[in-house]
Amino acid sequence: MTMSTFPWLTVLVAWPLVAALATALTGVGRGRPAAGAASGGGAFSAGTARTVALVGALVEVALVVGAFLAFDTGAAGTHQLTETYPWIPAFGASYAVGVDGVALLLVALSAGLVPLVILAAWHEQGGDAVRLRRYLATVLVLLSFMVLVFTARDVFLFYVVFEAMLIPAYFLIGGFGQGAQRRYAAVKFLMFSLGGGLIMLAAVIALYLQVPVDAATGLRPQDAFLTDNLTGLALDPMAERLMFAAFFLAFAIKAPMFPVHTWLPDVTQNATPGTSTLLICVLDKVGTFGMLTLCLPLFPEASRWAAPFVVVLAVISILYGAILAIGQSDVLRLIGYTSVSHFGFIILGIFTFTSVGVSGSSFMMLNHGISTGALFLLAGFAIARHPRHSQLVSDYGGMRTVAPVLGGTFLVAGLSALALPGLATFVSEIMVFLGAYGRWPAAVLVAVPAVVLAATYVLLTYQRMFTGPVGAEVAGAKDLGGREKTVAGVLVAALVVLGLVPGPALDYVREPAEVSVELVGATDPQPVLGAAEGSEQ
Amino acid sequence: MNEFVAPEIDWAVLSPVLVVLAAGVVGVLVEAFVPARARRVVQLVLTLGALAGSLVAVALLWDRVLTDGLAFVVDGTVLLTPFTLGIQAVVALLALLGVLVVADRTSTGQDAFAPTAAAVPGTAYEDAARQAGLQQTEIYPLMLFATGGMLLFPATDNLIVLFIALEVLSLPLYVLCATARRRRLLSQEAAFKYFLLGSFASALMLFGIALVYGATATVSLELAVSRLANPDSPVLTMMPDLVIAAVLLISVGLLFKIGAAPFHTWTPDVYQGAPTPITAFMAACVKAAAIGAMVRVLFTLAAGLDEPLRRDLETGLWVVAILTMLVGTAAGAVQTDVKRMLAYSSIAHAGFLLVAMVGLDEVGAQAVLFYVLAYGLATLGAFAVVTLVREQDADGVVLGEATHLSQWAGLGRRSPLLATAFSLFLLSMAGIPLTAGFLAKFGAFSAAVEAGAWPLAVIGVLASIVAVFFYVRLIVLMVLTPPVEETADDGVTPAGAVAADGTPDDGFRDGEGVEDGPEPARTGTLTAARALAGRAAVVVVASQGPTAVAITVCAVGVVLLGIVPAAVLDWTTQAAAFRPFGP
Repeated sequence: MTMSTFPWLTVLVAWPLVAALATALTGVGRGRPAAGAASGGGAFSAGTARTVALVGALVEVALVVGAFLAFDTGAAGTHQLTETYPWIPAFGASYAVGVDGVALLLVALSAGLVPLVILAAWHEQGGDAVRLRRYLATVLVLLSFMVLVFTARDVFLFYVVFEAMLIPAYFLIGGFGQGAQRRYAAVKFLMFSLGGGLIMLAAVIALYLQVPVDAATGLRPQDAFLTDNLTGLALDPMAERLMFAAFFLAFAIKAPMFPVHTWLPDVTQNATPGTSTLLICVLDKVGTFGMLTLCLPLFPEASRWAAPFVVVLAVISILYGAILAIGQSDVLRLIGYTSVSHFGFIILGIFTFTSVGVSGSSFMMLNHGISTGALFLLAGFAIARHPRHSQLVSDYGGMRTVAPVLGGTFLVAGLSALALPGLATFVSEIMVFLGAYGRWPAAVLVAVPAVVLAATYVLLTYQRMFTGPVGAEVAGAKDLGGREKTVAGVLVAALVVLGLVPGPALDYVREPAEVSVELVGATDPQPVLGAAEGSEQ
Repeated sequence: MNEFVAPEIDWAVLSPVLVVLAAGVVGVLVEAFVPARARRVVQLVLTLGALAGSLVAVALLWDRVLTDGLAFVVDGTVLLTPFTLGIQAVVALLALLGVLVVADRTSTGQDAFAPTAAAVPGTAYEDAARQAGLQQTEIYPLMLFATGGMLLFPATDNLIVLFIALEVLSLPLYVLCATARRRRLLSQEAAFKYFLLGSFASALMLFGIALVYGATATVSLELAVSRLANPDSPVLTMMPDLVIAAVLLISVGLLFKIGAAPFHTWTPDVYQGAPTPITAFMAACVKAAAIGAMVRVLFTLAAGLDEPLRRDLETGLWVVAILTMLVGTAAGAVQTDVKRMLAYSSIAHAGFLLVAMVGLDEVGAQAVLFYVLAYGLATLGAFAVVTLVREQDADGVVLGEATHLSQWAGLGRRSPLLATAFSLFLLSMAGIPLTAGFLAKFGAFSAAVEAGAWPLAVIGVLASIVAVFFYVRLIVLMVLTPPVEETADDGVTPAGAVAADGTPDDGFRDGEGVEDGPEPARTGTLTAARALAGRAAVVVVASQGPTAVAITVCAVGVVLLGIVPAAVLDWTTQAAAFRPFGP
C-alpha cells in the first residue's frame, strides 16, 4: 500500500476508539470495587490505564505526523487524503472524509492536546482509579469524534458526529467535573447544544431536499449529502437565509458567541481543566469551523446578507467576553469568558470574506486552542496546589515565589492570550484586524479596545494569583513536577514557535482561505490588503 | 340461486396470522390438558415457536408479494402488500421480544402476573392462591390472540375484518392489563379504563364503517374508494359530507389505538397500571400494528377522495399530529413515574409517526415502517429494563418495581450495564445520532418536509428539544446522581438525602408519589411515597435470561440501526415502494 492510498483519516478516527477500549479494559479482571466504595481499583490499575491511554494518544500524534507527511502543502486548498464510501444510500449519506489545510491543523490540534490533557489528569478524579480510567477512555472516544467531525466531507456525517459527540462531552462535564454544579452545567451544555443541533437538523433536511431528483429513477443521488454536491445549489434566497440561520445558530451556540454563550462559563467552572481544554479549545472550534466550511460555501448569498449582523454580534462578543472576564472571581470561569472574546475575533475574521481575515481566523483557531489550553491546564495545576482546590483568584497570591515555573509559563500563556507580539496569537489577531479593516473598518475601531481589555484581564489575574505576598494557603505549594513541566513546556514552546515562525503554519491556511472567499463570492479588496499582508510578513 | 360457493383460499397468504392464532387455540387446550408444572414451558415453547413461525412465513411470502405487488384472499378479506408484510414482520419480531420479557421470572422466581387474576385484591382467596404458588399461563395464549389481531389489523381491505382484528387485538389486552401481581387495584383500574375507552373508540369506528357502508353499499375499502370517485349513489349526492364523517370516525378508532391526542388519555394510566412486560408488549406492538392499519386505511381513502376532502383529511392529521407532539412532550416533562414518563414519550412518538405519514405518500410509508421498528426496539427495551429495577423491604424481600424517578438515582453505579442499556434506549427515543431513533426521526421529518408539511417538521424539531430534556433528565439521574440510599439502613432517609443533595438541576420534587390509591399492604407493594420515606431500598434483580436477551437484542438493534442502517432502510424502501395502499 502506497502512502497516497493509505486511509490515514479513517485510521486517525478508528485508533482512538481502539485506545479507548484498551484503556477501559485495563481494569477488567481485577474485580469490581465493592458497591459504594468509590476508591477501588488500586494505584496499579490506575497507572496501567494512564499509561495505555497516554501511549494510545501518542500513537495518534504519530499518525497525525504521518498524515502531515502524506499531505501536499502545495495544494492545501483542496481536500486531500479523501476516502468516500456509501453509508446510507437511502438518505444520500456517505462516509466521506478528507482534509484541507485548516482541517488538518485542527486535527493536529485535537490530537496534540489529548496527550497533554491525559498527562495533566494524571492524579485527577480524587485518586479514584476506576473513575480515572473511565475519564481517560471517554477523552479518547471524544478524540475520535473530534477527528471525524473535522474531516467529514458529507453534511449528514458531519451532523451525526456534531450531535453524537455531545454525549461523551456531556459525561466529561457532568460525570467527571469537579464543580458542585457540574450536573447543572452538563445539562445546560447539552440542552443548548442539542437545541441548536435539532434546529440545524431541520435545515439539513431542507437542504437535502433541495438536491434535484434524478429524472430517471425519481430518487435523489445516493451521495447527495456530499459537501461538494450541496455546494452551488441554486437556492431560493429566502430558504437559503433560513437554512443559513439554522446552521449559524447551531454553530454560534457551539462557538460560543454572544448571546448564546451562557452555557460556557458554567461548563468551564465545573468541568475539570482538561475537559475544558478539549471542550473550548477543540470542540468549540467545530462551531467556527462549521461556519467556515459549511455556512460560507453552502449559503454564499445568505452569508453575505447576514455578514453585517454577524459582525456586530462578533464585536459584541469580543468586548462583552473581555469585560466579563475582568469581572470574574473564579479563574476557570474567567478563562471561559476570555474565550468568548477570542471566538468573537475568529468569527469576525471569517465574516470579513477576505483571504487575510479568513487565514487569520483559521490560524487563530489553532493558536487559541494552544494558548487557552495552556491557561486552563496551568490554572488547573495551580488549583491542584491549593489545599481546598479553590478556583477563586483571591485565594491565591505570590505563587510566583513558591512555584516560579508555573508562574512563568502561566504568564507566557496569558501574554499569548492578550496577543503579545512574538507569541502565536498576535499573528492571527493582527491578520483578523487587517482583514476586517478592509471590509468593516468601523467594527475594527470598536473592537480594538478589546486588546487593552485583554491585557487587563490577563495581567490582573497574573498579578493577583502570582505576585505580591504569598497567600497563606498556597505557601507550601511545590513548583511544577516533571510531568507538569512537560505539559507546560510543550504548550509554551508551541506558542513561541508559532509566534516567531508562523510561515509554515500559514501555508496550510492561506489557500483554503482563498477558496472560502471565492466560494462565498467575495473578492479581496486587493490593493490595501496586499500591502498590509506584505508588511505583516 | 344463492347457492354457496366455497371460495378459493390461498392459505399461504393467511399463514403469518394463522400460525399465531392457531397456536393461541392450542395454547388454550394446553391449559386444559397439560399438567400445571409443565404448562409454562409448553406454553413458552409454543408461543415463541408460533411467533418465529410467523416471521418465517412473512419471509417466505416476501419475494412473492414483492413481485406481484400484493396478494389477497377472497376479495381482499386478507390482503398483503409489501408494506403490510413489513408491519407484520415488525410486529412479530417485537412480540417475540415481548414474550421473552413476559416469560422472565427474574431471580425472585416470580413473574409479573397475579397468581389468579380473578381473586379480589386483599381477600383470603388471593393469599391462598399465592401460597399455593399458582401461576397463570393463560398469559401466553392471550398474547398470541392479541398478536394475531395485530397481524391482521393492517392486512385487510375489508372494514368488517378491520374491526374484528381490532377487537381480537384489544380484548386480550384488556385482560392482560388487569393481571399485575402487584398494585393490583391500579392494574384493574387501568384495565377497566382501557376497556371502557377502548370500547368507546371501537364503537365510533364501527359507526364510521356503517356510514361508509351507507354511502357506498360496500365494506371493501377498495370498492368504496372507487365508488367515491364516481359518486352515483343517491346517498352520496344527498349527503356528500357523509364521507368526511365516516373517515373521521374510523380515524378516531385508529388514533385511539396509536395513542394520539386527544384520544391519548388512557395511555399513561394503562401503561402505568398494566404489568410492565405487558406494557412493553403493548407499547411496541400495538402502535406498530395500529399505525400500519392507519397507513392502509387513510392512504387508500386519500387516493379516492377529491381534493377538498383530501385537504380536510390532511388538516385533521396536522392538528392531531401537532397536538399529540405537544401533549406528549409537555406532559412527559413533568412526570415523576418512569412508566408514566415512557407512556407520554410513546404519545409523543405517535405524534412523530403522524408527522411521517402526513404526506400520505410512499416516502411517508417508508418512514413509518422504519420508525415503528426503531421506536419499538427502544420502547420494549426500556420497559424491559423497568421490570428489573425493584423495591426491597427491610427484610430483603423483593417487592414491585421501583418506578418513582427518584428511585432511579444512581442506578448507573449499582448496575452499569443496565443503566447503559437504558440510557441507550432513551438516547434513541430522544433521536441522538448514531442511534436508530435519529435516523427514524430524520426519515419522518424529511418525509414531512418533502410533502410540503415543513411547519410540522419544525414543530416536531421543537417538540424533540423538549423531549430531549426529560430523557436526559433521567439519564442524569441514573448516571450522574449518587444513589438516594445504598442500603435501607444507612441512617439517611432518602428524602433527606435528596434534599441534602440539593441539586437544583434534577428538578424532582419529592412529595406525592404515584396516585395508586388505597392499596392493601398484603399485595406487597410500597407506594413510591412511602419508598421516599425510607421504607424501601432499590435493588436490581437478575434476569433469568429471557429479559436479558430481549434487552441485549433491543440495544444491539438500536445501535446497529443507528450506525449501519443501509440494509434495513433498503428493506423499508422496498416495502413502501409498491403501493402501500393496496390494489
